[in-house]
Amino acid sequence: MRERHASQGARRAREFEAFVAGAAGRLLHAATLLTAEPPGANPRARRLTALSLAHTYAAWDRLHGEDPYDRTRQHLTARFAREAWHRHGGLGGGLGRSRRPSGPLGGLSPQERLVLVLRLYEGVAEEQTAALLGLPVERVRTICDRAVAALLHPPAAPARPVAPEAKTATP
Amino acid sequence: MNRPKREAAARRILEQSPPRVPPELYAEAVRRGARMLRRRTAARRLMWLLLGAAAVAFAVWALTVQPWVEPPSETTPPVTGWEGW
Repeated sequence: MRERHASQGARRAREFEAFVAGAAGRLLHAATLLTAEPPGANPRARRLTALSLAHTYAAWDRLHGEDPYDRTRQHLTARFAREAWHRHGGLGGGLGRSRRPSGPLGGLSPQERLVLVLRLYEGVAEEQTAALLGLPVERVRTICDRAVAALLHPPAAPARPVAPEAKTATP
Repeated sequence: MNRPKREAAARRILEQSPPRVPPELYAEAVRRGARMLRRRTAARRLMWLLLGAAAVAFAVWALTVQPWVEPPSETTPPVTGWEGW
């Protein structure tokens, strides 16, 4: 019994190490994009990635053929969404913009970053993204279009006077 | 610019400058994950222990009190002095 336990632990460690070696770079990049931190100084993204990987490690023996990358990404986005919710009292809120974090996605709200990273960086389908975030599909499409527009044509420095009603009116 | 082109341009912006993966990330994940597993095992063990203790306590109580035995009646007055008939 103890021997079987030990061999299972060794197998888990080996498989998990191979998984981390392959997936950590991409996961950390996604997390860094989500937190909008500069690539050189990303303590929040590192913490998010480490915690999500730890959950995958703990659930490794009970994955039953599920893709560990999918699972880690799901955990990562859920944790980020929850943190953003607690920090700013809402995902879409204007407070997220006001702190103006650096990085290419610094001008976007946490929710826009989530949708952008899932849809474009990770290539998750619209329906799946909607299910992950608990939003209607049309809403995901709208947020994605808005985020792409904001990314390609960053608004002038004082981005604050964008009123909520004006935001929803943009095509 | 149409939609696929815009999305491709945005994707290029997202892909640039990936962060360096710190070497301690794997060790940190394993450390936290192993702690999570240990805690789960301990919680499961504690639950079984409590369940077993409750079962033993119930058995002991049932054997001593024997609630299925009909208690002696307390309403009928004791009959006294019938030998005198």
